[in-house]
Amino acid sequence: MKIKTISRSSDTYVPVRNTQESALPRNLNPALHPFERAREYTKALTATKMERMFAQPFVGQLGDGHRDGVYCIAKNFSTTNQIASGSGDGVIKYWNMTSRREAVSFKAHYGMVSGLVVTPKQSHMLSCGDDKTIKLWSVDSEEFDRSYGDDEVYTAANKGLIKTFLGEHSFKGIDHHREEELFVTGGATIQLWDMSRSKYISDLSWGADNITTVKFNQTETNIIASAGSDNSIVLYDVRTNSPIQKVVTSLRTNCIAWNPMEAFNFATGSEDHNGYLWDMRNLGRSLNVYKDHVAAVMDIDFSPTGEELVTGSYDKTIRIFRAREGHSRDIYHTKRMQRIFCTKFTTDARYILSGSDDTNIRLWRANAADRANVKSSRQRAKLEYDAALKERYKHMPEIKRISRHRHVPITVKKAGEIKRTEIESLKKREENARRHSKPGSKPFASERVKHIRGTAIKDDKN
Amino acid sequence: MSQTGNVASYDRPGTEKFARGSARQQRKAKYTKDKKLNAGLKKLDSQYKDALRSAAGTDLLLQEEAGFLEADGPMEKTYKFKQDDIVEVLDESTANKKFELKLTEFGPYTVDYTRNGRGLLIGGQKGHVASVDWRTGSLDCELHLNETVHAVKYLHNDQYFAVAQKKYTFIYDRTGTELHRLKQHVDSTLLDFLPYHFLLATAGNTGFLKYHDVSTGVLVGEFRTKLGPTQAMKQNPWNAVMHLGHGNGTVSLWAPNMSTPLAKMQSARGPIRDLAIDREGKYMAVSGADKTLKIWDLRKFKELDSYYTPTPASSLDISDTGLLSVSWGPHVTVWKDVFKTKQTNPYMNHLIAGSKTEKIKFVPFEDILGVGHQKGFSSLIIPGAGEANYDALELNPYETAKQRQEQEVRSLLNKLSPDTISLDPNVIGTVDKRASSVRLKPGQLNEEDANKEKSEKLEIKPEVKGKNSALRRHLRKKAQNVIDQRKLRIEKNLKMEKEARQRRHREFKGIPEEKDLLGPALARFK
Repeated sequence: MKIKTISRSSDTYVPVRNTQESALPRNLNPALHPFERAREYTKALTATKMERMFAQPFVGQLGDGHRDGVYCIAKNFSTTNQIASGSGDGVIKYWNMTSRREAVSFKAHYGMVSGLVVTPKQSHMLSCGDDKTIKLWSVDSEEFDRSYGDDEVYTAANKGLIKTFLGEHSFKGIDHHREEELFVTGGATIQLWDMSRSKYISDLSWGADNITTVKFNQTETNIIASAGSDNSIVLYDVRTNSPIQKVVTSLRTNCIAWNPMEAFNFATGSEDHNGYLWDMRNLGRSLNVYKDHVAAVMDIDFSPTGEELVTGSYDKTIRIFRAREGHSRDIYHTKRMQRIFCTKFTTDARYILSGSDDTNIRLWRANAADRANVKSSRQRAKLEYDAALKERYKHMPEIKRISRHRHVPITVKKAGEIKRTEIESLKKREENARRHSKPGSKPFASERVKHIRGTAIKDDKN
Repeated sequence: MSQTGNVASYDRPGTEKFARGSARQQRKAKYTKDKKLNAGLKKLDSQYKDALRSAAGTDLLLQEEAGFLEADGPMEKTYKFKQDDIVEVLDESTANKKFELKLTEFGPYTVDYTRNGRGLLIGGQKGHVASVDWRTGSLDCELHLNETVHAVKYLHNDQYFAVAQKKYTFIYDRTGTELHRLKQHVDSTLLDFLPYHFLLATAGNTGFLKYHDVSTGVLVGEFRTKLGPTQAMKQNPWNAVMHLGHGNGTVSLWAPNMSTPLAKMQSARGPIRDLAIDREGKYMAVSGADKTLKIWDLRKFKELDSYYTPTPASSLDISDTGLLSVSWGPHVTVWKDVFKTKQTNPYMNHLIAGSKTEKIKFVPFEDILGVGHQKGFSSLIIPGAGEANYDALELNPYETAKQRQEQEVRSLLNKLSPDTISLDPNVIGTVDKRASSVRLKPGQLNEEDANKEKSEKLEIKPEVKGKNSALRRHLRKKAQNVIDQRKLRIEKNLKMEKEARQRRHREFKGIPEEKDLLGPALARFK
């Protein structure tokens, strides 16, 4: 007789002292784990509900904000906690986001600050305004170890000013070259400036219309994109000192953001309520359309990974899009927030900044349910597991419903409904026309092509 | 020379055990024309393969090996070994697990174990109920209810148990305090508990099957079987479907979201005595009062084998490793590999002389079979019956009080909805490919029909001349079988009319007349 029975020694399974961890042997045989799917689904459902429960996107505002609407925000790409902002009364401020207090503030311009950028090497602020000047400001913390009161701001106007460039027209938009001491300004003409010279070094204009925004490519550093009031988006090359190509859209483009990871892609926000993703190698068609806003998109920004986009709109809401999806994954709004003119991801991708008409700069979480605290490895493992479950069961009707549900302001909701009806009726009319005309004479136009009026490539002969 | 190539590319043995879904369900190399979707699906597939490989790799880490009992040579038979012989050769700690409780007064005894195999609950028919930690021998509580006890059942752990008494079913806690009297469960004789759904199922003389959610205290459903007193009830541990054995020899399958049985099987010519289902829900053993013992394949709903018991088998149980134990009269017989081939000899035998077995139950994660009988309770050693390697995050026989409490909270958080019970437990998250007529409930179908009717009513129909004509009416009124001159003439005219109509239609559509392939000379014979 050969015989063996299970005889577990309790020594191996029961800890000797109660301070010791007890052994937790695993057996992954599926027979020991019934209702795998149903249990996973239940966990996914709970995780989705928990996520919505913890969704608190608003962190706070920076200091006391400005005295006038905030119309530009500039990131300092070499740090994660510093940003600059400019407002309608010509004041620019430099902020410490860790303490959420302002570090420096200057009365920079008469009238509006129309462009602001933090220079990559010395971290100086470079601002331009309606008063035909460009000013370079130092923000060294030794020099500015105390913040200025509201009254002082106006008296200490010239402190920290390093240099002033005088222009021929009021400026609209400014951006600095990533590596060289060059910057570009928009306005009546698009001009390229050298930091060491007092006059611009070249005029890149193609056509005779106002340029409203200019942006240097941060990866392929010699490329500039600009948007003008003739509804055009123009690409320039600094090496040849000339424009390259142009695309004209049906409505004006308000903002441009280059993808930080894919050097040839950029996103634009348009007056037609949509955002567009472009490949600069083929401007005849946009790569993606970001729909959902019910008013003009005022600012757009890529997350540092290039995976997500944040847009601020005239409809007083911020939306976050995944770069490869057409509809927003989240919408942020508050009762008091007015028209949004600038939104930016912070350089660590965890927060979003928004500047609006109501003079405040607001700080939001990029993921509403995310928390910044230090997490134990168990907690992290749980969050990762939950994320995987939510991803796996995202198509289940109940989970989809809960994860998509957002409270939207009534005005935005109503406007969305009206817009939907309008688009539907337009489509219906188009369909009717198509039905009653010769087959093939009215082809379907792709949404990604519809808004394009024409493209042009700069030829040296003209 | 260095070895090149991907080390992870070969297949590890033993991955089949961990595979989800049959080979037919595995996806093909090329899925769709959509490149993005294709890439996503391919990624999923490779993740699945990786998971299988790493799961198969964990087999090496399993600490314990399953027990066995083998005979030396062809003359020795395993079923001849007595329990005393076995105890002699085993180590002390295992031998101690074989014990007897002589309780002659209140028998026969019914038995239940907790899900981790640590607690033992015995219930004597004459009202004696005891909950014991059988390994340490410490008594949790002992009750004398002075009332008939039909069935006892632990709930999710050893803290609570349910007892089906003379009229009502009661829930007691570990110390024996009566917590609840379930007044909806009248005259129940059979109890079962669905641990993942927290449902207590009762059936009995009333012929009703009732589900009670013990976490919320709500009666989830009650179903009239319409087949008289229920004789046997067991759950399918794989999909939580309740299997009920009835007086007319049928076994019916129930889920709380259906008022009618999911399936019915005629298994015996007389009343069903007991049934048992294996842990993966593949096989079912059914014993009838007609002295048959039948093995069913639950995937095909097909009878595999039929055995004969000298007297009707009173109780059946299937162990985690697939051993089938049958008790009949004073005997307990254990069968091995009954689901693979027809067996001629049992694996083990035991006789409880002068008694009559009432209920047998394998202990989870142990090589032990508990037998409740007329004169008490005995615990028998059946080598190879238990799952050797438990998963501590699922069920832990060595859990501490803290771990038990945490586990309880976790399982309550992950409580499954009663609606999810169906024959296929993996149906959640899959696409229902059936037609709407099959998929939708009658109410939803009616709604759809109503919508359709509404849209039909609104539709403006063009005025079309009716297809009724005098010729047709005449044809219809005339008896079908009478063929006269007039009828022939009418048929010819109708045919010509039809051809003319078709020609006109072709002309209207601009379809050219088809060419006569035969030519004018031969066309007349067409």
